[in-house]
Amino acid sequence: MAVLVIADHDNASVRDATHKTVTAALQLSPDVDVLVAGQAAKAAADHAARISGVRKVLLAESDALGQGVAEAVEAAVVPLMGGYDAVLTPATSQGKNFSPRIAAKLDVAQISEIIQVVDAATFVRPIYAGNALETVQSADAKKVITVRATAFKAAEEGGSASVESVSAGAGAANTRFIDQKLVKSARPELAGAKIVVSGGRAMGSAEEFQRVIEPLADKLGAAVGASRAAVDAGYAPNDYQVGQTGKVVAPELYVAIGISGAIQHLAGMKDSKYIVAINKDADAPIFQVADYGLVADYKVAVPELMDALTAAGK
Amino acid sequence: MKVLVPVKRVIDYNVKARVKSDQSGVDLANVKMSMNPFCEIAIEEAVRMREKDAATEVVAVSIGPIQAQETLRTALAMGADRAILLQSDQDLEPLAVAKALAAVIAEEKPDLVMMGKQAIDGDNNATGQMLATILGWPQATFASSIELGAGKATVAREVDGGLQTLEIDLPAAITADLRLNEPRYASLPNIMKAKKKPLDVKDVASLGVDIAPRLKVLKVTEPPKRAGGVKVENAAELVMKLKTEAGIF
Repeated sequence: MAVLVIADHDNASVRDATHKTVTAALQLSPDVDVLVAGQAAKAAADHAARISGVRKVLLAESDALGQGVAEAVEAAVVPLMGGYDAVLTPATSQGKNFSPRIAAKLDVAQISEIIQVVDAATFVRPIYAGNALETVQSADAKKVITVRATAFKAAEEGGSASVESVSAGAGAANTRFIDQKLVKSARPELAGAKIVVSGGRAMGSAEEFQRVIEPLADKLGAAVGASRAAVDAGYAPNDYQVGQTGKVVAPELYVAIGISGAIQHLAGMKDSKYIVAINKDADAPIFQVADYGLVADYKVAVPELMDALTAAGK
Repeated sequence: MKVLVPVKRVIDYNVKARVKSDQSGVDLANVKMSMNPFCEIAIEEAVRMREKDAATEVVAVSIGPIQAQETLRTALAMGADRAILLQSDQDLEPLAVAKALAAVIAEEKPDLVMMGKQAIDGDNNATGQMLATILGWPQATFASSIELGAGKATVAREVDGGLQTLEIDLPAAITADLRLNEPRYASLPNIMKAKKKPLDVKDVASLGVDIAPRLKVLKVTEPPKRAGGVKVENAAELVMKLKTEAGIF
């Protein structure tokens, strides 16, 4: 059997989630190809070709693919599926957007956000915000799978696969891309950051969130996250949201400040290597998963933490 | 313009799901059930379109057990005009739900399907995209704002790192993200009024679509538990432990 991985990339390079999805794909089959669907994306395709274990890289280019229009990605992928028994996509907002379309076109189930490959037809995936794990076996001839990248180790680089161009497909007739506004940040990307500092509802305002959380994140070289409560209240933008309905992260260090630890938030960060919680409520559920808990008002504790980090040479 | 809003009855957002001891699934007996939060947002958006006269009718549809009538009554109390229950005692997969909805849409002929991006039980995030594909309609997922124009909609979508704006021709399927709106609570008079609004019940099998499961659930287990750690006295001790025990710095 052969497996296709659809790369997560920015046309210049492929993101870490692609390396992790290749690892998952190699557990299904040794024959793994990567599709880079984009515009002027040769550099990303060359990067994908360096991922160890990749057999070859397919490059499909068009404006609609560069804009990530779901209908266009589906139209590029489906004709390729004659040569593959499974297609794996990182469960990013982009992957979640188009992957179910491929499944529907092929008339198969999508197996969403797998965290483990048991065998080529059997997978483990979280349900109920990660409060349960479901082991499912697919009876479909072709498997359409999205992969929770944080659950897999990134494949190394060091390969030299060939890159070949393929058809960009029919594009999208009734969908027009208007624009994309990405927040420019010098901080690392939340999903792949080694350290994440997150703030919760206790911040009380967007100004306070920026005043408290962002300097601490910058001191630690960390990405900024937020609980759903903080996002709902408008203290932080939605793409900061860590949790079932936001991003799932698994950094080496997760620092939760003023976050109570609702189930939905824990689902998004409980696989972090070390969890630090600062909360003035000693009974907050976040302390049940924290490796290091500090029961204190963040207004006192965060400035002290900044000082202690300075003293430690950070 | 007619808007169709699929809604799902799921375990209440605030209830912790517990795995059955025989690993056959999640225990839903005597557990509080509610409308899926993203479906509430979809209903709210459709009702606002109706209130602004952008929509003429809002039809809520649910697929599920007979108790899903309660969920539909909630949708009606929030402002939907009528409701359809496609009764099914079997929990359908997203592909089957999309096929059943497509059959209803063939009869109802809405101009817009407004639905949640994900149900908080299966966490699949797939039905809206599958439905759009089956219908051959454009899709805009993870919507954070929607502007309706003549025969089209401009949708701002939540993407990793920011917002993307698409213009799609109607009919189309749009899935709601968290920040699209804040759903209202149904008032008591509206809850009373909702009891008199039409609610049709049909057997999902009467649609004649393939709803057979494609996935076999072998088991449902508890995730590995994370043990709590230690409490530290102050920030200095925290930094020291991160340095010496965790080796972070």
